[in-house]
Amino acid sequence: MLNKIYDWVDERLDITPIWRDIADHEVPEHVNPAHHFSAFIYCFGGLTFFVTVIQILSGMFLTMYYTPDIENAWKSVFYLQNDVAFGELVRGMHHWGASLVIVMMFLHTLRVFFTGSYKKPRELNWIVGVMIFGVMMGLGFTGYLLPWDMKALFATKVGIEIAASVPFIGEQIKILLAGDSTILGAQTLTRFFAIHVFFLPAALLGLLAAHFIMIRRQGISGPL
Amino acid sequence: MSNKVSRRTFLSYTLMGTGGFMASAMLMPMIRFAIDPVLASAGGSDFIPTPQKADELTETPVRVDYTIKDRQDAWYTSDVSNTAWVYKEGDKVIALSPVCKHLGCTVNWEGDEHKNEFFCPCHAGRYKKNGDNIPGTPPLGPLDEYEVEVIDGFVNLGGVIPNTLV
Repeated sequence: MLNKIYDWVDERLDITPIWRDIADHEVPEHVNPAHHFSAFIYCFGGLTFFVTVIQILSGMFLTMYYTPDIENAWKSVFYLQNDVAFGELVRGMHHWGASLVIVMMFLHTLRVFFTGSYKKPRELNWIVGVMIFGVMMGLGFTGYLLPWDMKALFATKVGIEIAASVPFIGEQIKILLAGDSTILGAQTLTRFFAIHVFFLPAALLGLLAAHFIMIRRQGISGPL
Repeated sequence: MSNKVSRRTFLSYTLMGTGGFMASAMLMPMIRFAIDPVLASAGGSDFIPTPQKADELTETPVRVDYTIKDRQDAWYTSDVSNTAWVYKEGDKVIALSPVCKHLGCTVNWEGDEHKNEFFCPCHAGRYKKNGDNIPGTPPLGPLDEYEVEVIDGFVNLGGVIPNTLV
């Protein structure tokens, strides 16, 4: 049945070459844990992506209940965690996944560093990787405020003061982030929400696409 | 054809099985989370007091506005105002919902000079006094009814039930 549907579409649109081009590529022996178990260090990039997919999915579902408003943010998080089925699990996936993404990304960075994979011709991919690192940190920072509890509030106060210590334009960066020159409140929360669910994920998807296209173009770096 | 499972088939089944298990372990909680409101059981409704005295009612429907205190809407609690059209039929107090059965607008008693009828201004839906929809007008069914109880002389209204008078 499924085969027939596939054949029907393929006959008209010739989709086989499209997915073949994505799926068919050799895994070199030196990165295959089935050959050398120590090659598991080459899995960290893929694991980072896997956890990122979980983050995107669980985040999409969380916004069904979350409200980016200072009166209701904490209450809506409390509600979705305690009164909605599997709420604790879905929020837990997003909460723990956020830390796991950073850990996996860091391990991936270490692997690339110690195998020297950043060297010519892959310098551009290292640069894009560093940009992804920045976006991920931004996602962590903006997401931390959203539950609107005491920890979130004071962590963001500190984070914004750090941003304000930038020479010359620090004050402007602070106001841009907080939405107000003195208050960390209603406008900060809506800004952080918008940055967390629209701006940074859009940037992340673009950078990830560049990251993956480049690695497929250049192939994985050779054995040590 | 031999029924032997080839190495390729075995591997693809194993991979699909493991992948499917992992994907469902990931997606099942999220989907259950999302459809929670559909599966949540509707809470029973209490009788809510209105300012309308039962012995002041006549056979002509009057508009009764009342407030549902502390209505819980997920994480949001608020007082919500509600309306009923209330009249007496013999000794029985009847309260009709003002929500039109066409598309949910609010009906009026004798609106737009339709004598002895409920009238909906949106698409000129009309109902008789007992809530029965007049054929040839848009509504597809009679107006709903409230459960009524008279406590200490005041009309108390409960949940909305299908019309029992038609």
